[in-house]
Amino acid sequence: MTVQLFFAYFAFAIVLLSVIVITRRNPVHSVLWMLLLFFHIAGLYLLLNAEFLAVVQIIVYAGGIMVLFLFVVLLVNLRDEVSVGRFIGASPTGFTFAVALFVLVFMSLRAFVLAPPGKYTIELIQQETHTKALGKLLYTEYLFPFEIAGLILTVAIVGALVLAKRRLKS
Amino acid sequence: MLLSLAVFAIGVFGFLTRRNIILVLMSLELMLNAVNINLVAISHYMQDLRGQILALFIIAVAAAEAAIGLAIVIALFRNKATASVDEIKEMHG
Repeated sequence: MTVQLFFAYFAFAIVLLSVIVITRRNPVHSVLWMLLLFFHIAGLYLLLNAEFLAVVQIIVYAGGIMVLFLFVVLLVNLRDEVSVGRFIGASPTGFTFAVALFVLVFMSLRAFVLAPPGKYTIELIQQETHTKALGKLLYTEYLFPFEIAGLILTVAIVGALVLAKRRLKS
Repeated sequence: MLLSLAVFAIGVFGFLTRRNIILVLMSLELMLNAVNINLVAISHYMQDLRGQILALFIIAVAAAEAAIGLAIVIALFRNKATASVDEIKEMHG
């Protein structure tokens, strides 16, 4: 009962906050609402027994990505943005597409069948601790994708630096 | 899963309709988060940790994508002094 209550709260808050995020006029407000949204998503992960992911969510999204967004919003002067309309002219088309996608996937959700449960039961994870279980899987079975993720991050950092750097002489 | 779908649809809506390019990037983050919620939920109910591993990789790639996207926004703003998707019509500087 308590779990369902918590889930209902998080679900409601997440949907509401997402709507708030994309409809705010001021981008700074948008970023700050999104911060709250990420905290709620982290709470939902806690509810789903994914403690490590909840922590990563807070550190990476709330701590890293949101600060990055905030910096850029403040760096890029958007004073006229507040007076100009929020949405582009073709926004009804975008709305139609979004609703159509929602309805389509909602209809197909009825055919969803859950696969037979795997070996990582909650008891096993609690016995071994979540981070340890996740780390074991990550560094054995998924070592190669892990290395590729590191490579992607390196390329992204170098690319971002090159793009954002001021030209020394033009 | 319905929750994830709703967040994804809102993200698509924001992605397609916002005028400010920074908000478009934020909608992208919203969609990635929706996918993550779905992955973690299914991983929980299937009692399998692979979904969470995938969610971890998605977070890493989202961080990379945000860095690149925002660097492009800064470079664009330096050249054009606008962040509106309507006014960006040409690719050559």
